[in-house]
Amino acid sequence: MKFIIVLLLVALLGFAAPLYFDWWSFAVTSFIIALFIHQRAFAAFIAGFTGMFLLWLFLTLIIDNANQHILSQRIAQLLPLNGSSLLLILITALIGGLISGFAALTGSLARRRSS
Amino acid sequence: MRIIGCIISALITIALIYVLNIQLTLSGNKTPRLGFFLSPQTGFWQSAEPVNETFNATLKFPQLSGKTEVYFDERLVPHVYAENENDAWFVQGYLHAKFRLWQMDFQTYAAGGRLSEIMGDSSNGTNFLKIDKFFRRLGMVYAAEKSLHAMENDAPLKAACDAYTAGVNAYISSLSEKDYPIEYKLLNYKPEPWTNMKSALFIKYMSWDLAGYEQDFEKTNAKAFLSRAQYEALFPYVLDSIQPIITDPLPRLTHILAVKPPANVDSIYFNYKNVVAPANKPIKPNKENGSNNWAVAGSKTKSGRPILCNDPHLGLNLPSLWFEMQISTPNFNSYGATLCGAPNVLIGFNDNCAWGLTNAERDVKDYYEVKFKDSTMHQYWFDSNWRDAEIRDEIIKIRNKQNDTEHIAMTVWGPVMYDPHYPDKLNSNKYYACRWKAHDESNELGALFRLMRAKNYDDYLNAISIFKCPGQNFVFADKAGDIAIKQAGEFPAEWYRQGDFLMPGDDSSYAWQGYISDSLQPVMHNPEGGFVSSANQYPYYPRIYPYYMPAYFSYYRSWLINRSLSSMQNITVDDMKMLQTNFYNLLAENALPVLMTYLDISDLNNDENKYLNLLEKWNLVNDADSKGATVFKLWVDSCLSKIYGDELSQSSLPMPTIEPQAMLKNILKDSAKLFADNINTYDIETLNDDITAAFKSIVPVLEKAELGNDFEWGKFKDSHVSHLLKIPAFSHLHINVGGGVNIINAIGANHGPSWRMIVELTDDINAYGIYPGGQSGNPGSRYYDNFIDTWTKGNYYKIHLYQKDEIATKKNNLGKLIFSKS
Repeated sequence: MKFIIVLLLVALLGFAAPLYFDWWSFAVTSFIIALFIHQRAFAAFIAGFTGMFLLWLFLTLIIDNANQHILSQRIAQLLPLNGSSLLLILITALIGGLISGFAALTGSLARRRSS
Repeated sequence: MRIIGCIISALITIALIYVLNIQLTLSGNKTPRLGFFLSPQTGFWQSAEPVNETFNATLKFPQLSGKTEVYFDERLVPHVYAENENDAWFVQGYLHAKFRLWQMDFQTYAAGGRLSEIMGDSSNGTNFLKIDKFFRRLGMVYAAEKSLHAMENDAPLKAACDAYTAGVNAYISSLSEKDYPIEYKLLNYKPEPWTNMKSALFIKYMSWDLAGYEQDFEKTNAKAFLSRAQYEALFPYVLDSIQPIITDPLPRLTHILAVKPPANVDSIYFNYKNVVAPANKPIKPNKENGSNNWAVAGSKTKSGRPILCNDPHLGLNLPSLWFEMQISTPNFNSYGATLCGAPNVLIGFNDNCAWGLTNAERDVKDYYEVKFKDSTMHQYWFDSNWRDAEIRDEIIKIRNKQNDTEHIAMTVWGPVMYDPHYPDKLNSNKYYACRWKAHDESNELGALFRLMRAKNYDDYLNAISIFKCPGQNFVFADKAGDIAIKQAGEFPAEWYRQGDFLMPGDDSSYAWQGYISDSLQPVMHNPEGGFVSSANQYPYYPRIYPYYMPAYFSYYRSWLINRSLSSMQNITVDDMKMLQTNFYNLLAENALPVLMTYLDISDLNNDENKYLNLLEKWNLVNDADSKGATVFKLWVDSCLSKIYGDELSQSSLPMPTIEPQAMLKNILKDSAKLFADNINTYDIETLNDDITAAFKSIVPVLEKAELGNDFEWGKFKDSHVSHLLKIPAFSHLHINVGGGVNIINAIGANHGPSWRMIVELTDDINAYGIYPGGQSGNPGSRYYDNFIDTWTKGNYYKIHLYQKDEIATKKNNLGKLIFSKS
């Protein structure tokens, strides 16, 4: 239950923070969540990772679907990912997930071992 | 232990963010800031426009004085209805920015020699600093300053420019970083505020594109290696078979400005053999920049009303140069192709008339060799005196590097383009100043402003009378039944071959002695033949015109257009579409029989005969599937190099290009024998040897093309419409279509009919148009390149000058913007 709540919080604040701050500000929110809602290091990483991974996966899938892959196919040629929209979406989500995951891990480890 | 884990994890997080938040250098290129770029909330995903996007908003700005409504039709063409004219220009600025902000900003960086500011001194193999230096030294900023002065002295125009600029800036300030066009995110920079100066720079960029071509250095070199007879044969001034634009007799004038060459012209100019070459290779506009336009009178049309046609041939890029719009104000109601970067409707029509432009192709750019007292360039020798030169410092900002400054001496001729710091290839320590008509103060925008509200023939004449540079052939037709054409522009009155070669800069007698008076640039109005036309050929009969007209004229398109129009009757819009998209190769019709007579068929082997067969069966049409067109093009190029290559490669210096029509004239007049012998062999080659050898030499190329499956003309030519940054993923590549140089439908590799328009001046105007692009400049929009396939097929869209209530009730509109005063 706690895991799910953390994951949802990560996604929620990870969406809200970049509306006002830099694109990477979700790292700060994931860190703070992990600092205050303690989980074991591994669970914190997974919750942090999954929260942002799913958020960015969800956002890009909605955008890409509405756009009928016009731009994702162009960018996937440019980057170059062989024109694969899906690969581009997964890489996007992975980047969000990794930063958030490590930020959450840091938050979890920064807290003293729970008594 | 735990604290170490925490530190390591924190470092990984920070490192990830850091690396993804900076531009990395991968194989010489800068990446975007990848984290920012990929984030769905800030990055490129924000440019992925939903395919069912609509464009609705209510916007309020303090600069507006009334209400303006904008309806987007099903092709995203905005139809603007403004209560006040200046509000319309504000809205045009806003809309240009909304759909084309990056493009218009980038073009002015290019025009003003500022690309290094955003691209760095070089990137991806392109030396941007070199490009910037070139445009600075050519005096583009200096020219734009003068243009700006003229624009701002024309009060109504200044008000329009101010409104336009405010509109662009209103849009820019509505953006946050995540809303920037994708190119800003790729290159990691921000849009800067728009200014009237940026509009002036953009106009000068068009002047450069259309009146910036010359081959003065190349011709000076050719003169040094060729005899006068050879030179005249290779670069003939007059080709007999060509009908000029204006066939009416010239007016009889009692006193005209007589121009005489300087007394010492033979020794100092014609017979003076010097070789010259800029080390910094000049950047030249495409030589094929040209166009077709014509108007047929009601006497020749089925409807009994005039039909006007125009297709400007320019570089084909994405985002497109053109943006279609209707602008309706209490003062005028106009539809047409607008250029993004200034308030205008450039080629279009209004309630009463239609107009179109082709380039005059006149050479108005000359070079003078200046002798300075010393390398400080403070004083130069002029008419037996030392004269002071001003030094103009052009500071070039370079991304991530220190500024670079170009010190440019300004002389009576103009800016010194080449000096020992920006040297010629021979390092001769010489100084060459550039005299260019585009440097003079002029107000082209003002002319267009008058034209788009013209009601009749007199308004048209009055409007174009102030147009100076780049010289244009303005075609006109109105509902009253008038048709007309006139070459507008201010051209120097020159003696034979003046300015074709570098001129001495210490002698004022080599200056332009004056300008050709307007009365010697007559209009052709309602001619008996029932049509007027131009396709970049001579404006007047060169043999009887009192002045020399140096230029880069085209021949075959105009010839074929006139031949077709004179035989046509009961013309409909569909006939005009057929003519505008015609692929017939008139050069081939003229050249093939001649080349064939010199081909020694008995010398050809079986493989060679196979290709000759293709040529013999060819219908002379350059369509996409034609194999004969490929063989012909290669053969002509090969003949040029076999016949003239040896003479022209006597030096490694740049030499002018020889046109096929000059070769043809030489062969027919028997003067090609001046060149037929290969001067590098002991044998005496004949024309037969050259032309036969030329044919044999193309066979390996043809065999390779056949193996690679790109033998057919469309595949061989491989047309494309490239993004301005040459990013393949943002470009439309491998367009299989016919066309070519000298073809009416002049589609080249990356060049061609950039806007095709046909306007029948019936009571309810019957108009059609198309350009190879789309209304949106955003590569993430479905409207980015959606016109290209239709354009490729030679099809058109019906275009409408809607009444407001007509479009307001139309079902398939894409949205409505309402602008009003806040």
